[in-house]
Amino acid sequence: MFEFSINSPIIFAMVAMVLGVVVAQSIFFLVKAYKRGVELGIEKSVLNDTIKRSAIFTIAPAVAIFMGVVSLVDMLGVALPWLRLSIIGAVTYELPAAEQALAALGVDRVSNATQYVTIAFVMTFGIAASLIAAPITCKKITSGMMKIKDKDKKWMDLLMTSMFVGMLSTFLGYIVCDLGLVFETLEDGTKSLAFHYQLEHWIPVFILIISAALMGICGILLKKFKWKWLNDYALPISMIGSMALAIPISILIKG
Amino acid sequence: MSYINKMHRWGRIWAVVTCTMIFAFPFALAIMFGAWPNLGVFLKGLFGVAVTFWPVGIIEVITYTPMLGVGGTYLSFVTGNLTSLKVPCALDAMEKAEVKADSDEGEVISTIAIATSSIMTIIIILIGVILIIPLLSLMEQFPQITYAFDNVLPALFGGLGVVYLSRYFKIAILPMTLMLLLFVFVPYLNAGMVGIMIPVSMIITIIYSRVLYNKERKANGEE
Repeated sequence: MFEFSINSPIIFAMVAMVLGVVVAQSIFFLVKAYKRGVELGIEKSVLNDTIKRSAIFTIAPAVAIFMGVVSLVDMLGVALPWLRLSIIGAVTYELPAAEQALAALGVDRVSNATQYVTIAFVMTFGIAASLIAAPITCKKITSGMMKIKDKDKKWMDLLMTSMFVGMLSTFLGYIVCDLGLVFETLEDGTKSLAFHYQLEHWIPVFILIISAALMGICGILLKKFKWKWLNDYALPISMIGSMALAIPISILIKG
Repeated sequence: MSYINKMHRWGRIWAVVTCTMIFAFPFALAIMFGAWPNLGVFLKGLFGVAVTFWPVGIIEVITYTPMLGVGGTYLSFVTGNLTSLKVPCALDAMEKAEVKADSDEGEVISTIAIATSSIMTIIIILIGVILIIPLLSLMEQFPQITYAFDNVLPALFGGLGVVYLSRYFKIAILPMTLMLLLFVFVPYLNAGMVGIMIPVSMIITIIYSRVLYNKERKANGEE
């Protein structure tokens, strides 16, 4: 039996072990896919560029995920958020899961082993559905998609594009949802519909527009000056550029 | 055995290994610290989370599997952060490699992108964890730095949105406009509803695309 501490070395060792296995799985799939790509006649430069591009693409979102770790450190220490956010869940799940568990315990931060273990159980089993459903349903879903493809390839291409567009559309809506109508409680206790009008709710919209504009500028430069290299970096440029501009814009609005 | 069937077999084997480790983690903690959760408290906490995240998790599996491909699906549901990272990363990689998601090449590119992204995420967070003390004091000195990371999603989807809107304007204009209006004018639609709204938006887009597709076929005399 070990003495409990939220930053006990034994928890770090266990987390490292789990992450090591997930890295091994990722490397295994990467090697298999790379070899298959070569078999299919995809040029090695295309495969290598995909690796390079995906690595660059990941930097900014991964740093944002690390910020999620930071937001949980106060409640849970470093080790558990490190595991939960390196793999499995996003901060949009892990934070409410931790808060639900803390609320069930009636505390606002962990102070003993029982509380810590309870939170670990809730966070692990609270997201069990997708972990279990994915390997069970994957073959059925992908086989179904293959059948549609065999029947009508052109429609299948369109179907996939529609799914991507549908997902993107939802996220565009989500980004502007802070501007939306809310139920406001009036003085007499009744509820009324009102718009959010504070400028700070517009920050994500401004960043969305800046990112879109930067991508548009990259597209124009690519077309006009035939800078093919820009094609690889257009998304990281629009993403990191707009994130950097979020700092002065937020300071200006929030003070 | 075909590549896809081999990937299914390997995917399931890895799923058993990783799921076992992930689910064993809290049990191992309990054994090591000699502390077990009170069942009532655990179930109360679990219910508060599962009531939302189990249905959303299952909807995510159904909606993302066709986009991620076989290898991508087995990997990304273990490695997590699908919407803010893995799906857009795979999408961008396939766009740049000029391959379709439903092709053999798309399967390969998507898997490579998601595997690379998963490894990279683990490395970056590891660096962050190692440097957490100096990073925390840096963030205390310059708290404004968090503004940049509060805005990852608009920064990501602004750029991606332009690419898709310019490339597939006819298909994209209706669902994008509709979702923007719905999220602004329907008070119940907020951040917590994204998981539910993704399949709704997908179905609307698919129906609209099918109408356009049938019209085009009719015009070309294919029907």
